[in-house]
Amino acid sequence: MKRVQFSSPLLPYLFLAPQLAVIVIFFYWPSVRAIQSSFYLEDPFGFGSTFVGFDNYIGTLRNPEYLAIARFTAIFTALVTFFSLALGLLLAVKADAVIRGNAAYKTLLISVYAIAPPVAGLIGMMFFDQHIGPFVKIAAFFGWEMKVGLSYFDTAFAMITVAVWKQIPYNFIFFLSGLQGLPASVREAAAIDCRSGIKRFWTVIFPLLAPTAFFLLIINVTYALFDTFGVIDVMVKDKAANNPITLVYKVYMDGFRGNDIGGSSAQSVILMLVVFVLTVLQFRFIERRIHYT
Amino acid sequence: MYRTRILDHLVLVLGALFLTLPVVVALMTSTHEAATIHSKGLMLSPGGHFVETYETVLTRQGGFTGQVTGARMMMNSFILGIGFALGKITLSMLAAYAIVYFRFRFATLAFWVIFTTLLLPLEVRIMPSYEVMSGLGLINTYTGLIVPLLASATGTFYFRQFFKSVPEELLEAARIDGAGPFKFFIDVLVPLSKTMAAAIFIIMFVYGWNQYLWPMLMTTDERFFTLMRGIKQILQVWIGSQIPDYNEAFALAVLAMLPPVLIVVVFQSWFIKGLTESDK
Repeated sequence: MKRVQFSSPLLPYLFLAPQLAVIVIFFYWPSVRAIQSSFYLEDPFGFGSTFVGFDNYIGTLRNPEYLAIARFTAIFTALVTFFSLALGLLLAVKADAVIRGNAAYKTLLISVYAIAPPVAGLIGMMFFDQHIGPFVKIAAFFGWEMKVGLSYFDTAFAMITVAVWKQIPYNFIFFLSGLQGLPASVREAAAIDCRSGIKRFWTVIFPLLAPTAFFLLIINVTYALFDTFGVIDVMVKDKAANNPITLVYKVYMDGFRGNDIGGSSAQSVILMLVVFVLTVLQFRFIERRIHYT
Repeated sequence: MYRTRILDHLVLVLGALFLTLPVVVALMTSTHEAATIHSKGLMLSPGGHFVETYETVLTRQGGFTGQVTGARMMMNSFILGIGFALGKITLSMLAAYAIVYFRFRFATLAFWVIFTTLLLPLEVRIMPSYEVMSGLGLINTYTGLIVPLLASATGTFYFRQFFKSVPEELLEAARIDGAGPFKFFIDVLVPLSKTMAAAIFIIMFVYGWNQYLWPMLMTTDERFFTLMRGIKQILQVWIGSQIPDYNEAFALAVLAMLPPVLIVVVFQSWFIKGLTESDK
């Protein structure tokens, strides 16, 4: 906050009013409604609802299908986060190291940042298409008969590939700006002390990047959990039956396709808790554990 | 030393190919005929049907998208992207101004009320949000499309960080010169924030343009479809057709990614600055 401030009885509220109005109507109200309806069983035909306590939560958490989806979501999130961070970091380190062509590489590598998840999904569908997909042909060459959309494993593979592809530029941008923000003196000192480039990276550079990496870890987990909705929706084309889906997609399916409002709300609240824990973790770690910046 | 440098370039070239080749292939393939694509697969060289395909996608009514043309969807995407970005900048600049520059009673409370919205993405609360919107009669309106997306604190935080970095002396000087809160905001703060606002505009435009789930729920009337919504539509027609219109699907994908990709590439320095400096 500023040392010198205006004091006015009305003005600050006036300036805050539009933002607060939007947030209350479109954020707090729906969130409260979600929590509220997670404790009710709604009649599918709209004839009232009955209070059922924690039944929706118990039903959700005991449902083997839900648990299978939760397991897939965990694996999907772990793989997408790991590969997009690792590849983003690798490319950032290389782009930071080269001098010639630096700007061109940078432009090429960030150019796909702005592609929307469903567009990425659509392009991915074409590359994994039964008739025209080059990836299917390459897989066939190695004796892997890839059937995206029919085989659970193959669809999951395609989904993870597309989700990673779309996220690399984001991580690249942050890692590169993190690397370029490191003081030159530290690098020079490290270069004198340690000849091995790989060792130097892991003992000096990477710890200095830790705050960036941790920030990105949380962002990528959130991305894999929520923003991949478009990728998944395009790739499973509403036929979730035998295809892998994530928890957010399940919320959508149950709420809008299955008309199970209570169950869908309970799932929403469970996801809210997951995000809440992630965010708290983010702040705790950034504030306490990582002192390098 | 020399050898590692070649390896560096190799990794970068492979990475750049992996990232950009799918986009190039989508663009090239969209200029061929559906039958050619069906028999020969994806293309790496331009075909001769660029004009026809894109004309069809942009102007044909009742094509695979029902009663709406691609041009109309594109216009809706621009309305969503620009409307969202402008709305976000206006709301968040005002709110951040109040939080940083005023001493008032519920400042901390207001800060936390806004801050909490960062915790829950829209995807988590879609069902109740949809109910609230239909209760308000905002389904199939631009207001319904744009305003609920504004209910998050990202922009406010960007501006809060920025305002905090503005030197205190400016306000002191302005007050000595007799400037009130309005004058200070309009004559000092807004001009100072221009670069910051431009960076946020780019980030927010891309965010709005790329929205998928929310427009999908909020628009059942095809006149309000955005390009992202159109993508869902192509795939539904896809199932069961003999030779799918690969070319038109690719053309639509190209149209849907072109504006945000161009903006990011052209304004990359602003965009990177806005993204990396404000998120920490």
